[in-house]
Amino acid sequence: MSVEASAPSETGRRSVSIPSWGWTLLSFAIVFGAWEVAGRVPISLAFPPFSAVAAALVRLIASGELLRAYGETIPPLVVGVLAAAVVGIALGVSMGLMRVLEFAFYPPLVIMQTAPVAAIIPLITFIYGIGDLAKVVAVMILAVPLTALNAFAGIRNADARLIEMARAFQGSTRQVVTKIIVPDASGMIFAGLRLGVSGGFIGIVLAELLITPTGIGDTISYYRSVAKYAEMYAAIVSIIALATVTLALIETAERRLFGKTRR
Amino acid sequence: MSLPDTTVPAREVAVKVDGVGMVYPTGTEALRDIAVEFPRGALVSLLGPSGCGKTTLLKIIAGLIEPTRGQVIINGTTVHGPSPASAFVFQDFALMPWATVLRNVAFGLELRGVRKREREAIARKYIAEVGLAGAENRYPHEMSGGMRQRAGLARALAVDADVLLMDEPFSAIDEQMRRKLQEDLLSLLRVEKKTVIFVTHSIEEAVYLSDRIVILSPNPGEVSQVVDTSLAHEGDPETIRRDPRYVALVDEIWSGLKRYLD
Amino acid sequence: MARRFAPLLTLIAWALVWEVVAQSVEISVLPPLSSVLVGVTEVVQLKSFRLALLETGRAFGIGMALSVVVGVPLGVLMGVFRPADRLLNVWANVFISAPLTAVVPALMPLLGIGQTTVIATVFLFAVWVIVLDAREGVRKVNPSLIDMARTHHASRLAIFTKILVPGALPEVLTGIRLAVVRGVKGVIIGQIVIALVGFGALFDLYLQTFSMERFWALVIIIFVLAFLLVEGVGLIERRVAFYAKSR
Repeated sequence: MSVEASAPSETGRRSVSIPSWGWTLLSFAIVFGAWEVAGRVPISLAFPPFSAVAAALVRLIASGELLRAYGETIPPLVVGVLAAAVVGIALGVSMGLMRVLEFAFYPPLVIMQTAPVAAIIPLITFIYGIGDLAKVVAVMILAVPLTALNAFAGIRNADARLIEMARAFQGSTRQVVTKIIVPDASGMIFAGLRLGVSGGFIGIVLAELLITPTGIGDTISYYRSVAKYAEMYAAIVSIIALATVTLALIETAERRLFGKTRR
Repeated sequence: MSLPDTTVPAREVAVKVDGVGMVYPTGTEALRDIAVEFPRGALVSLLGPSGCGKTTLLKIIAGLIEPTRGQVIINGTTVHGPSPASAFVFQDFALMPWATVLRNVAFGLELRGVRKREREAIARKYIAEVGLAGAENRYPHEMSGGMRQRAGLARALAVDADVLLMDEPFSAIDEQMRRKLQEDLLSLLRVEKKTVIFVTHSIEEAVYLSDRIVILSPNPGEVSQVVDTSLAHEGDPETIRRDPRYVALVDEIWSGLKRYLD
Repeated sequence: MARRFAPLLTLIAWALVWEVVAQSVEISVLPPLSSVLVGVTEVVQLKSFRLALLETGRAFGIGMALSVVVGVPLGVLMGVFRPADRLLNVWANVFISAPLTAVVPALMPLLGIGQTTVIATVFLFAVWVIVLDAREGVRKVNPSLIDMARTHHASRLAIFTKILVPGALPEVLTGIRLAVVRGVKGVIIGQIVIALVGFGALFDLYLQTFSMERFWALVIIIFVLAFLLVEGVGLIERRVAFYAKSR
């Protein structure tokens, strides 16, 4: 391993002129190539080569099966994330502003964020059945703590010098909150939303694998049970890709909105 | 105007910078055709505004950067990579925050594989010499900037190199402490007899400390003037700072450097 | 002092709320806390629980150890070697936030319905945050420390072991703490998706037989264990935090 490259001597480094998208392309090529080779060896009968998975993905898209599955997965995910956003931000902001609420909700939220709450997801069925509502609840259980704790941290980390400045100009508490604290915290609140979406994806997959056999989770389970592994991998790749693209888009929006204003 | 180097009385040369040029892969030319000799036992300052490549030159002398042209010769040997003949003192101290003063000062010896007992004994001696006795077991973050640089200096002394390379060593230290450190450096050098190459952007510091000042001009870095002075060894600091020659020299250098500021 | 115990007071308050609500309203899935606590004392004496704990601990331990052994060098490599960083960073960032739960069903036919799959799940959940934090840590190492080591003729190995690794340690430990959080989730998710091993089998059993006291008892035990584990790493992390800021 070359420790050399970290030395700040700019001279030793020959600048390799591959553009950054080129590196990403190369990286994908290496990983998918290795996957192809491993699948062709094959290292296991349950590990199809990349080409077979890609073909299966095309088939699933062409037959409309994937679209149908996501028709069942995405609506509860969106509803759950939106609900978690509303609840989480309201909770986080009010916790940040009122000590009593911090006292009451901070510790349980930290526990929910730290502990493996996946354990209680099967319980949801007993209360909400196996419909969309159960999925929404699963999404919220994973998303709310992340959103709320980030919003809380954003409020608490609001720039003390700015708050002092606003007070020095006789700003009322209300003005300090609406004109300084909340705008200053908005970047972190938004970042919390992104984490919430990430948690939401985990929640929806867990719900569909464990309790409500519909949507993309069911597609994965189904193809596993009939041992059509190329299709199973295609479904897994699709959900990971969807999550990655969604999160990347949110992150881009985040950078556009808040990139320049952060200290 | 640039004066030839030959105005200096012939003394043994410890470090010779011979036609050094530095062009970065990006195309920026940092240094052009630098030729300077550093007499043994003298303190020579490299003085210049930011962007004149003085730190780059020092790192080339240290063997940390390979120049694109020319060569550096220390004690008759051409430098390729860091040489045991030189020791570096860093602007930001470069102390390991997870290690005590003792381990930091002994670190150069540790890397050489000197046994723990022995290297710690040597380190203690230099810790005392730089005025840090009693601070052996403290961590860098518990000390002031001035104390930290004393540790950095002790580390450089502990490896017993002939040449000390000091990269703006006091620029991150507050004014009062800096003066104290400058004075202590001079009295230390009376005992240690090192050849010192001292990078600074402070004219006063250069005039106060140096036997010779090499003034660099920026874009690209070139030697613009070499001034010999012997104020550093005449009497106590207050007298020197009030000496008309000191004031005149500072003024002269300042008027020469002013034009690079726009 | 009061502030340190405030969270505890909060939890006691919520515990009381739980007890009172569950006592006064009949909720099928939520028995009163008191009977759950009785459940805890019963569950911990069960042989099946101890076996499950052992099995879970093993899977978690092996998975975490693998994550550290693979993650730290990989992250350090990415921190010092640009091409490695450019090739791996994409994937680390994809997998750190992707719903890796979806991968568990693919592991089962590959690695069998047992410990190996659970270990792989822990590894997949935990390794990425260690990689990214180790990378971050190495990047925060003061470049003049590396210069300093070089002026003293340090070998590459010496730079790695004496400068880069200790320099990155605060971030590495943060990464390990976060990885423990993720690994605990991984071990539980792996087990309940498989539903036949460790706590997953127990959860399944208690759900099938609708023994909610034991179900919640198990939840509480796991939450407490997870909390203690994370706090343990946090304790070590705070011991090196003093130099994280002073670099």
